[in-house]
Amino acid sequence: MTAPRKGRVTKISGNMVTVRFDSPVMQNEVAYILHGAERLKSEIIRVRNNLAEMQVYEATSCLKIGEEVEFTGELLSVELGPGMLGQIFDGLQNPLPEVARQCGFFLKRGVYIKALSDTEVWDFTPLVKTGDTVRAGDKIGFVQEKIFRHYCMVPFSLRGSFEVVSVENDGRFTIRQAVAQIKDPNGRMYPVFLSQHWPVKIPIRSYAEKLKPDKPLVTRMRLIDSLFPVARGGTYCIPGPFGAGKTVLQQLTSRHAEVDVVVIAACGERAGEVVETIKTFPTLTDPRTNHPLSDRTVIICNTSSMPVAARESSVYTAVTIAEYYRQMGLHVLLLADSTSRWAQAMREMSGRLEEIPGEEAFPAYLESRIASFYERAGVVRLHDGSTGSVTIGGAVSPAGGNFEEPVTQATLKVVGAFHGLSRSRSDARRYPAIDPLISWSKYKSFIDEKQKERGHGILRKGFDIVQMMKVVGEEGTSLSDYVDYLKAEFFDFVYLQQNAFDTVDEATPKERQIYVFDFIYRILESEFIFENKDAALHFFQLLRQLFKGWNSSPWQSEEFEKTEKEIRVHLLERLKKG
Amino acid sequence: MQKLYTNIIQIVGDVITVEAENVGNTEMAQVITRRGTSLAQVIRLDGKKVFLQVFAGSRGISTGDKVKFLGHPMRVATGASLLGRIFNGSGLPLDNGPALYDNLVKIGGPPVNPVKRIIPNKMIRTGIPMIDVFNSLVESQKLPVFSIAGEPYNELLASIATQAEVDIIILGGMGLKYDDYLFFRDTLEEHGALSHSIVFMHTAADPVVECLLVPDISLAVAENYALEGKRVLVLLTDMSNFCDALKEIAITMQQIPSNRGYPGDLYSQLAARYEKAVDFDTAGSITILAATTMPGDDVTHPIPDNTGYITEGQFYLKNGVIEPFGSLSRLKQQVNAKTRDDHRTIMDTMIQLFADYRETQEKQAMGFQMSSWDMKLLKYGKLFEDNMMSLRVNVPLEKALDRGWDILHDCFSPEETGIKKSMTDKYWPDNNENKTYSG
Repeated sequence: MTAPRKGRVTKISGNMVTVRFDSPVMQNEVAYILHGAERLKSEIIRVRNNLAEMQVYEATSCLKIGEEVEFTGELLSVELGPGMLGQIFDGLQNPLPEVARQCGFFLKRGVYIKALSDTEVWDFTPLVKTGDTVRAGDKIGFVQEKIFRHYCMVPFSLRGSFEVVSVENDGRFTIRQAVAQIKDPNGRMYPVFLSQHWPVKIPIRSYAEKLKPDKPLVTRMRLIDSLFPVARGGTYCIPGPFGAGKTVLQQLTSRHAEVDVVVIAACGERAGEVVETIKTFPTLTDPRTNHPLSDRTVIICNTSSMPVAARESSVYTAVTIAEYYRQMGLHVLLLADSTSRWAQAMREMSGRLEEIPGEEAFPAYLESRIASFYERAGVVRLHDGSTGSVTIGGAVSPAGGNFEEPVTQATLKVVGAFHGLSRSRSDARRYPAIDPLISWSKYKSFIDEKQKERGHGILRKGFDIVQMMKVVGEEGTSLSDYVDYLKAEFFDFVYLQQNAFDTVDEATPKERQIYVFDFIYRILESEFIFENKDAALHFFQLLRQLFKGWNSSPWQSEEFEKTEKEIRVHLLERLKKG
Repeated sequence: MQKLYTNIIQIVGDVITVEAENVGNTEMAQVITRRGTSLAQVIRLDGKKVFLQVFAGSRGISTGDKVKFLGHPMRVATGASLLGRIFNGSGLPLDNGPALYDNLVKIGGPPVNPVKRIIPNKMIRTGIPMIDVFNSLVESQKLPVFSIAGEPYNELLASIATQAEVDIIILGGMGLKYDDYLFFRDTLEEHGALSHSIVFMHTAADPVVECLLVPDISLAVAENYALEGKRVLVLLTDMSNFCDALKEIAITMQQIPSNRGYPGDLYSQLAARYEKAVDFDTAGSITILAATTMPGDDVTHPIPDNTGYITEGQFYLKNGVIEPFGSLSRLKQQVNAKTRDDHRTIMDTMIQLFADYRETQEKQAMGFQMSSWDMKLLKYGKLFEDNMMSLRVNVPLEKALDRGWDILHDCFSPEETGIKKSMTDKYWPDNNENKTYSG
């Protein structure tokens, strides 16, 4: 494999190019189409006889039949190392700010820039010494990247055990300088750098074992944490029609979720939304670290007008980066918005390959692809005993807002929690618009099981009564049913709904959720005395107003306690004695 | 270089196949027939076979006709000389003026680097209260007008075009009736807006391939102006015709349809156009308003559905008015806090009361007794419909807000509106002034 293997273009259809070759090629191998001075990155996705079909990660205009193609022998890979936090990459890991510096306003075709800086120097501290035995994923040393210790690890691709032959002392290194030399039992030497390459479509498996996700990931959204929790290392999906608030929900989660690193994969969605994240995150302070939010965020951005094939790879790029930080014992949250666009990218490619279509023309392998993507989430115990996790939250944009469509259905089969957004809730301005009657979670909440069940129960009861009232009217409803309905509405308004524009209400920590839920549970369990429906309505309206004030007063502040007293006084007035 | 090819081996729909060599993907060609010369564009290459979509349609093309490849992709002239001109979908003049070849730029250029965009922050005033007050249009926004056939969506676009405070207006017409074309031309001319407008017009009688080019050609010209620092408003009507043209070509090319016959890449195709809306860091902006007629008034139809996922909100035009419920400008929060301090108050209060009015209307229709509060709401609703919602109303934002206060004043006491006292103290109209709407 000395001279590059070459082929020639024989067919061009959209972003699919067919190439004739006469030396061996590899499935999913990266190749470059040589068009004048431009080199266009592509990936082999099917081989038939001596023809390789490739998806091109760029626009294919002006390409000609007979142009030369160079095969690289490598799978589509990303470079993993210090310098990724706070960065904005496209789906192929080109750093977009650097692209802008070189190319100006537009994304120029065929411009590929190294993901990490060659020249930036890092303060390296070794953790191993000569003679130590190491294996793939073991920590050789660390550098300080923003707020984290960024560990330099033995390349994940190596198999077996190795002996450390030499390791550098404390000092300043670039990612291109080797910081250690290790050798295998046969005496073959391997250098270890601060960074390493990894093919995106293969999960990183350098850990001792995968554990069951049982610790809750606190998102500080009451509706999610209390009723439909997500576990660290778990998976969840957010399907919803357009305008129901998927993206806002994900933005809030990326800000408040209690994790170390957030990887945002903006996959085939509006550029405007990414711009908001890009421009505001550096100015927002993470309350837990007192550093800008951007310091713990990596953005992978392949918006809807960027090339479709790169959209397909962008979710893999994102999950690979997430896995890499997991290997350091960090808890990572990957937010993919939206996986439907990713699935559509597969559909477009499948159509070009003229594969036999499945439901709604999605390819037959849609389900297995979605499943294997979500399976990359998980909590793992690393070889050194520490644990790290990748949690995946995927937004789904079902066509017509109909959850019966293939992408939503395939996703529901493999995720641990389902946060279904509904148009009726968002129309009624009830945010977050997660519909509590259709959503579910298989993970355990930190709210007491019995209390949680009561919460679900009153919502269902309330819904039934509303349906009944539509038929028989308010007059035909019994007072006790009416009070249950008011309780359900009260629970929805003061607990499930959260005001994203209120600095206190937008994020509720775990302790406060437990405290307030318990408080509300006791209200739900209480019996009140009302002479008529108007009195009941009035009572709950006032209660609701008091609670709203309570929600926006800081946890355990004077104001918080004062409002709590007022609420208790208000409750006592109507409480049934005994 | 300018070799002529004569071996046309296949003609299917508006796509012809010719055997040729050294041809680039998406390159332009001329098809020379007895009845004239038409432009054509390469859409697929397979060995020696070159697939061309013929702009003028394939009718009358003979297998012996000549094809000349031009060696460049589709381009369009840009610059000041275009202002006030009217072209067809291929960029040829429709107004008896000269054809233009200045500053040619490629259409369908590369996407904007997201880091070179800025968060939109400038409002575009249109003089239509339902937009300015309730769902403000923001520079760089992409908004469709969801409507059904027969609704006055073209009238709405035309009135926005003549009133919007922008530097340049580009109108892209797709599959319009000839009358509609004349209507747009005359309206722009009457209001003196034609001098800063450029029109690319494809009428229903023109070949379908030209329809496909209209958004790209309009947006390429717009992009060029925006890079020069101009604020450009692009009006596209009707995007449903564009989608149907896509469908037609896709089926001709034997692509596998995904949903109701539309190609699987409908989302990407629409996004590639709508995402051209941009506010450039250190340059101008492009704002896109696009009429989308919903077949059967069904918002889950693939066209409005895919559009809704791409655009930043939508206007629903129904029964001749912009429906306050369902219409949404996702970017309004970016601008409506800094217009006048009562803007958000008026917006929220009036919509809330209008929702109550709709409920009361339902109650009334079911024969329930009307309380005095219901009567107030009914009066309010009527005033709101006549003085705010009607598309005939045309007032600047500040006037519209004042009018809002007057309507509230005519129907309710300050407490009944639920507005903060500090706000009513400042804005509640004086009784003595006696400007009522209930005459």
